[in-house]
Amino acid sequence: MAAVQDGQLNLEVEKDIKTEITNDGSGNINANSSSPGSTSSGGKSKSPAGSGEDQQTLLAVLQFLKRNKLTESVDILRREAGLSADADDSPVSESAGAGSGGVPSVGADGGDANSLLSRVSIATPVAPPATAPPKVVAASGGEDQPDVNVVLSAYSQQGDPVLYPLYYNGLKKFIESVLDCHRAELSQVFYPLFVHMYLELVYNNHENEAKQFFEKFSGDQECYYEEDLRILSSMSKKEHMKGNETMLDFRTSKFVLRISRDSYQVSCLGKPEMSRSLWQLTITYRMLSYQLLKRHLQERQNNQIWNIIQEHLYIDIFDGMPRSKSQIDAMSGSLAGEGKRDANKAKVFYGLLKEPEIEVPLDDEDEEAENEEGKPKKKKPKKDSMGSKSKKQDPNAPQQTRIPLPELKDSDKLDKIMNMKEATKKIRLGPDNLPSICFYSFLNAYQGLTAVDFTDDSSLIAGGFADSTVRVWSVTPKKLRRVKSAADLSNIDKESDDVLERIMDEKTASESKILYGHSGPVYGISFSPDRNYLLSSSEDGTVRLWSLQTFTCLVGYKGHNYPVWDTQFSPYGYYFISGGHDRVARLWATDHYQPLRMFAGHLADITCTLFHPNSNYVATGSADRTIRLWDVLTGNCVRILTGHKGPIHSLAFSPNGKFMASGATDGRVLLWDVGHGLMVGELKGHTDTIYALKFSRDGEILASGSMDNTVKLWDTLKAFDDVELDDFTAATGHIHLPENSQELLLGTYMTKSTPVIHLHFTRRNLLLAAGAYNP
Amino acid sequence: MAEERRPKQCTVVLPTESMKAMAESIGVGQLQEESCAALSEEVSYRIKEIAQDALKFMHHGKRRKLTTSDIDHALKLKNVEPLYGFQSQEFIPFRFASGGGRELHFYEEKEVDLSDIINTPLPRVPLDVSLKAHWLSIEGVQPAIPENPPPAPKEQQKAESTEPLKVVKPGQEEEGSIQKGQGAISAEAKGKKEGLMRMKPRSTHELSVEQQLYYKEITEACVGSCEAKRAEALQSIATDPGLYQMLPRFSTFISEGVRVNVVQNNLALLIYLMRMVKALMDNPTLYLEKYLHELIPAVVTCIVSKQLCLRPDVDNHWALRDFAARLMAQSCKTFSTTTNNIQSRITKTFTKSWLDEKTQWTTRYGCIAGLSELGPDVIKTLILPRLTVEGARIKAVSEGPVVSNIDKIGADHVQSLLLPRPTLTVSQSGIGGSGGSRSPSIIKVPSSLTLMSTRPGTPTQPSPPATKYIVMATSAGASSTQQVLDGSLVITLSSSSGSSVTSTVASATSTLQPLVKLESRAASGLGGSRPLQKYIVVSLPTSASSSLESKSGMLPPSSSSTSPISLEAGMKMDHTGCVPNGTLLPI
Repeated sequence: MAAVQDGQLNLEVEKDIKTEITNDGSGNINANSSSPGSTSSGGKSKSPAGSGEDQQTLLAVLQFLKRNKLTESVDILRREAGLSADADDSPVSESAGAGSGGVPSVGADGGDANSLLSRVSIATPVAPPATAPPKVVAASGGEDQPDVNVVLSAYSQQGDPVLYPLYYNGLKKFIESVLDCHRAELSQVFYPLFVHMYLELVYNNHENEAKQFFEKFSGDQECYYEEDLRILSSMSKKEHMKGNETMLDFRTSKFVLRISRDSYQVSCLGKPEMSRSLWQLTITYRMLSYQLLKRHLQERQNNQIWNIIQEHLYIDIFDGMPRSKSQIDAMSGSLAGEGKRDANKAKVFYGLLKEPEIEVPLDDEDEEAENEEGKPKKKKPKKDSMGSKSKKQDPNAPQQTRIPLPELKDSDKLDKIMNMKEATKKIRLGPDNLPSICFYSFLNAYQGLTAVDFTDDSSLIAGGFADSTVRVWSVTPKKLRRVKSAADLSNIDKESDDVLERIMDEKTASESKILYGHSGPVYGISFSPDRNYLLSSSEDGTVRLWSLQTFTCLVGYKGHNYPVWDTQFSPYGYYFISGGHDRVARLWATDHYQPLRMFAGHLADITCTLFHPNSNYVATGSADRTIRLWDVLTGNCVRILTGHKGPIHSLAFSPNGKFMASGATDGRVLLWDVGHGLMVGELKGHTDTIYALKFSRDGEILASGSMDNTVKLWDTLKAFDDVELDDFTAATGHIHLPENSQELLLGTYMTKSTPVIHLHFTRRNLLLAAGAYNP
Repeated sequence: MAEERRPKQCTVVLPTESMKAMAESIGVGQLQEESCAALSEEVSYRIKEIAQDALKFMHHGKRRKLTTSDIDHALKLKNVEPLYGFQSQEFIPFRFASGGGRELHFYEEKEVDLSDIINTPLPRVPLDVSLKAHWLSIEGVQPAIPENPPPAPKEQQKAESTEPLKVVKPGQEEEGSIQKGQGAISAEAKGKKEGLMRMKPRSTHELSVEQQLYYKEITEACVGSCEAKRAEALQSIATDPGLYQMLPRFSTFISEGVRVNVVQNNLALLIYLMRMVKALMDNPTLYLEKYLHELIPAVVTCIVSKQLCLRPDVDNHWALRDFAARLMAQSCKTFSTTTNNIQSRITKTFTKSWLDEKTQWTTRYGCIAGLSELGPDVIKTLILPRLTVEGARIKAVSEGPVVSNIDKIGADHVQSLLLPRPTLTVSQSGIGGSGGSRSPSIIKVPSSLTLMSTRPGTPTQPSPPATKYIVMATSAGASSTQQVLDGSLVITLSSSSGSSVTSTVASATSTLQPLVKLESRAASGLGGSRPLQKYIVVSLPTSASSSLESKSGMLPPSSSSTSPISLEAGMKMDHTGCVPNGTLLPI
């Protein structure tokens, strides 16, 4: 039953420490930030001269020499001086070193192409450009994100602030002048360039220039970046950059762009016919094109842009046709650009685990029996699918024992039998046969309802409230009862048949119970599958496990130091996931007070968490507008899904585990193919944040509930059928989204000023919805 | 792309004066201007940062409103002590004070008498959170129960009526059903036969028992004798959200009612029906376009019909015409589109009958009133050029041989409608500040008033009993804010006294004089909108007319020139001219 080997636990602890180091780094800025500033101002005075860059580099060296008592600074110095070849002994940050490795070489040599070539090729082994993406590792937060100190000093490079708008304009004109098919792809560069140029201006204390730059060009940016721009605009002083999370995100992570090879060449040269032939060749030639790009930009005196591209952008080059504007728009929008294509290459076992065989006429058959008769999944045991289809193990399913799962208890088996019996009465849904919706309104909640969950058998409802309470209701005639006190329990005849009935205290029977314990609003809530436990996560930074037998708190899991936005039980119980403001998702087991896994990589708050139906994967949605899928076994991030234009607030897996739906503040539902890591659909219709998503028990209908007081039903069967997945789209991930959300919409149901914050399909496919009435 | 939004975000900074004030409040005296500037930038940035964090808490709290607790939590994230206990009864609890050239906002802290608090009874314990279940949808159809919102929002009604083809065409069934939203969906799958079913307007929809009862109550109250009940019913029509299913019935009720009562010359009932139209138009949840083909003929009838009451020489049917004309203008403004061309068709109708030599003076008056409500452009292009001709005609009647009393009164009214008077400019200047779009009513109001006071030469007529008109001063005052009330009928003082053409000029002026003042005050406070044009005088059915009502079929003794037949003909002409959709029911 013990879930994970100790070795891995240690690893986790180590990673934990690393993230802490990162945090310390942010503290360091305070100490060091003054000196880079002075350096830069020195640099500024000389920069108008042609050899300014040399001077600047020297100044930087001098400055670091002054401080060389600090080991950190030495590291920085190495990187800054372009000694990345020696720097491979520095464990701090490979990728960061690689990223900045090219920069000094660019800055250092004036126009000497030969020396440049040699420099770049030195750097090559460390950072083969665009070919070997930095491996995305779990807890990569520590490694992926360089020291904040480094981050800030990276901005000490600068040119004449007056020229920035000129540079930007020059590029804008250049891109506007290229062929139509390339324009859309190349214009992706605008936003990250804009951000970094602005930040550079701010960092170098050119407050007014920065403001002008912002006012001049912020209007050009895509509207879905509005939120970030708002944060940026408020940042007008160097001091502000210290602790600003969004700033750190921009600095610590490279903005990922996908550009087709053709377009990239265009951007390199501005002369497609020349470059196309060159580009087909080997890596040497690729170096050459970098050089040519540099030369091209130098001709236009666009050093700044080149530096930024080198330093802060990750350009993911693919072969094939350039993408259209709509294709790009579909995928962009996240805080750090699109996911790298290679990030989604790992195999994901999205199939379902075999269900242990249980005879319906109950006999104590061994639950480990290999005779797999039927139910493809606990949630979805179908009578009609008995027999042939699911006899075989799903080829896409993970091994049964890939993750240690808790053994079935007798009560679980009973529950499964109940489940199967219910499932036989299940209504088959479809466009012609829409589900009935039963709405549970929370009255007198005074806007305090923050989270709702139903048990799988729909017998209990729990609500988390802003007043720190958790309330549990029974929606069946069966009342909630507490177990008797220890003294009373000792008097019970343990041999009697109805001992389970006898231990309950009849005097405590009531329709609802209140659980007190949190000291802040309860943002996440989740029932265990066996209905014995309830999890709640709160603003106070804890996750609490409650017993539904005694209605008391059993454990408070402390690990998150900041608000925990969501928590979710595994469909098999025992494990649970939590995620919050600290950007780290933690995987816990109920009997460990420390997390088993920490999934770090998101660049902003984790806003929602969800287990894959086979419990081997965990999906997290974040305010950085990406969804990540994590492998529970290895802790790796196996999918990065971009495309949402706002913080993601709801996730749902289809019952067969193959598809995922996500809803965000932008009011759109996106559908994903988990196996391919592709967006396969976009459902437009809601006008406000989508807080609830749920697939029907057979996966035929997706229900979405939103802040705009509606429940909408979507035909997912059709949505997934319409997607044609040939090899090419699967390989490149550039899919043409069918514009059919109106056809897929099966129904819209307005509530009476009640935002829908949870949805649940009962085992018979009745849809339950819940929300607080806000008159 | 994104140009339209995003104001100058980066420039929003707290004023340095606030910094000074705050510094002083904690005992720092002379703060340098530079430090103030630096401080204010820093503070503004921090405040924005906190607000952005607080927004996160609002989102996770599943709210649309930012609360003080969100700010507290955001402060906590930053390791800042929250502002414990900050709460306020008001939205913005700050008070403003200025003096010595400085402006200050401060938080008002009143002295609290403890004994008061101790002695006040405890407030009621707020109700506990509870769960209530209801059906949001049953197999795809949303049941019409109080827990669910009213079935069809206005946009949907509009979509249905403006794009009926989408619903009808079998090929587009799916899209149509989406437009229709719920309700039709389950039917959708059942094939094209169902699609044809859906073509039928909602009038085939059966009303629930409650709705039937409601309909009965409302219609009875609207035409009944109890004024208080009527006001209530009209209020209900004007505000209730769930009436759209009854809309076809209401519109039929009104059009049938007008048809019958015009024939019977039942002025009071016509007035009531027009008030219903007004209330329907005021209801924000109703989309009337589908029923204009019934309503517009009814309204136009009330404007231009030759005879609306039993005693045209005495009863104030002019007010009804004015009121209906205003209704007409309103519906033109709301519903006229390039496809249905309501306004131009209405204009044509009015013009045509006005130009006709044989048109009765009553119809003439209605046409001019209707046109004059349609805006300054119409007045300029259609009325002004006709002034001379009309003047000659009026002159002929008033100075020529006495033809008939009724003609004379009619001519008087037309004259009063058309005559711009010197006093016009005076009252206009009083109102003129409030907006220039009022020209038609402006022309009308003061001119008729002055007509009364300055025209001593009018032939004396038997003055109606003074008790017949009850001037509701309060309602006149209130009407500036409450459109419904001013719509509530009836008779403008000007035209009422005009119709009675007072025998004693002195008495007329004396009663009128105070009202002039009242109007200019109310109108200037109105700010550009047009609701208050006249004094609202509620006319109760006179004993005479009510007695006549009961003997409804009777021909009025004094109406010599009109017969039911000619009336009918006149009406027909009206209707053919003004049908919006070409699907007019013949009257």
